[in-house]
Amino acid sequence: MSATPDTWRKPPFIANPVIRWAVYLGALGYFLWVGATMPIDWNRVADGIGRAGRIFGGAFPPSFERSGLLIDGFLESLKIAILATTGGVLLSIPIAFMAARNVAPMPIYYLGRFVIIVARSFHPVIVAIIFVKAVGFGPFAGVLTLVVYSVGFVAKMLAERIEEIDFGQVEAMRAAGAPFFSTIFYAVFPQIMPRQIGLTIYQLDSNLRASAVVGIVGAGGIGATLANAFGRYDYDFALAITIVIVGVILISEGISGQIRKRIG
Amino acid sequence: MTSISEQFGREDWSRFSSRQKWQRFAIFAICALAIAWSITSIEVVWAWVWDAPGQMGDLFERMYPPDTTNIASILRVLWQTVNIATFATAFAVLMSLPVAYLAAQNTTPNRATLWLGRLILVTSRSVNTIIWALLFVAIFGPGVVAGIVAIMFRSIGFVGKLLGEAIEEIDKRPVEALEATGASRFKVIAYAIVPQVMPTFWAVAILRWDINLRESTVLGLVGAGGIGIILQGAIDTFNWPEAATVLLAILALVILGEVISAFLRRRIL
Repeated sequence: MSATPDTWRKPPFIANPVIRWAVYLGALGYFLWVGATMPIDWNRVADGIGRAGRIFGGAFPPSFERSGLLIDGFLESLKIAILATTGGVLLSIPIAFMAARNVAPMPIYYLGRFVIIVARSFHPVIVAIIFVKAVGFGPFAGVLTLVVYSVGFVAKMLAERIEEIDFGQVEAMRAAGAPFFSTIFYAVFPQIMPRQIGLTIYQLDSNLRASAVVGIVGAGGIGATLANAFGRYDYDFALAITIVIVGVILISEGISGQIRKRIG
Repeated sequence: MTSISEQFGREDWSRFSSRQKWQRFAIFAICALAIAWSITSIEVVWAWVWDAPGQMGDLFERMYPPDTTNIASILRVLWQTVNIATFATAFAVLMSLPVAYLAAQNTTPNRATLWLGRLILVTSRSVNTIIWALLFVAIFGPGVVAGIVAIMFRSIGFVGKLLGEAIEEIDKRPVEALEATGASRFKVIAYAIVPQVMPTFWAVAILRWDINLRESTVLGLVGAGGIGIILQGAIDTFNWPEAATVLLAILALVILGEVISAFLRRRIL
């Protein structure tokens, strides 16, 4: 046998063989062990096939009979999304400035980052159930939820943009003796404005999408209509709602993509 | 040097032409109208709105201090939440491979399969995890199976779309070289396509795992397993101190997940 092999082998993904086998075995062991110990009632799961047949049988054809309810739910979702985007974007501007390392002093920077991390970590549905408990059922809880959701995303992206600005203009303003707010308005805002508008449009789209789910826990909008239809086993109406949600999401995605491309 | 009047046809300088000004005013007006329409027609009990800050303060007061007597079972269910996210991500990533193959223009066998692939991706992506979970809880009954399948269905679209785009952007010369040597279709995929999309594959898988960890914390609210069940129970029984513990546990889990995925991304990519 010659020292150089005459066939080529694909180099392994992890070069070190010890680590490689440890990772493979670890992953295999994890999946086997967890798969075996998961609390799964297999009989109930096997039942599911028949149930799926019945649910889909009940769902076809989708029923658009109560389209009035459908349209009302959607308009409410749209209102929630508009108000939440307005509130969230307005609120996220000061938070973004707090969380930008180059304009905020250190303690304020950490405070801003902390607010963003907390707002981003909780799924909107969790925020929604807390707000529903605090301010009652209805669209107002949905608006508050999506404000938090918007702050988490818009403030984070905006803070990153503020950290990337050309600092020469800020220095020029400061050298001329401009006060803090003048500096922000005339040196920072013009640089972050295009990004801010793009983010706002993206967030409107994203809020519309999220407003479809926060309704499931009682925060108003089309989600509430969907959860009700599901709860009453009106699967044909539920399917109609789902189809309309998907359609509206696709349309709004298309519109927001177009706008962002044009101002991009 | 050209003067202002030569360049713009007028003596005074302004940032926008009058047409642009009108456009901007029109956009502002549309935004203002949309907001005004929303505020005036939304069905909100305004008394509750003014009451909200007090209510929120009261809620947080009742949450403090967090009650940790149930910490053992919270941690156990938290581990189950991680397992749901991991299993769902693993299955979704495996199942999205053929879908991505179908949905990429340069690898799909024919037009019909291309549209089939795109249809699967759009359906999966447009329906939110919670809505999938509602459906699968009705099918499989409450429990982790419904949660895993729900997250899986949502992730296939996400992973498949990004992976399909990565496949469309590959360098096609290795593919042509292998085809020229007479390699079989399978070998072309394994040796020319897979190595090129591998980095994207891992990046997307890690990103999706991070997102799924977040989403699996809410599955329990519709009965699909995970930490959400305990949270729902605590809130329904007005056991706010325990709800606070659960929320802190979720926060810790999500931040830990972000740290782990950042670490993995640095190591692998």
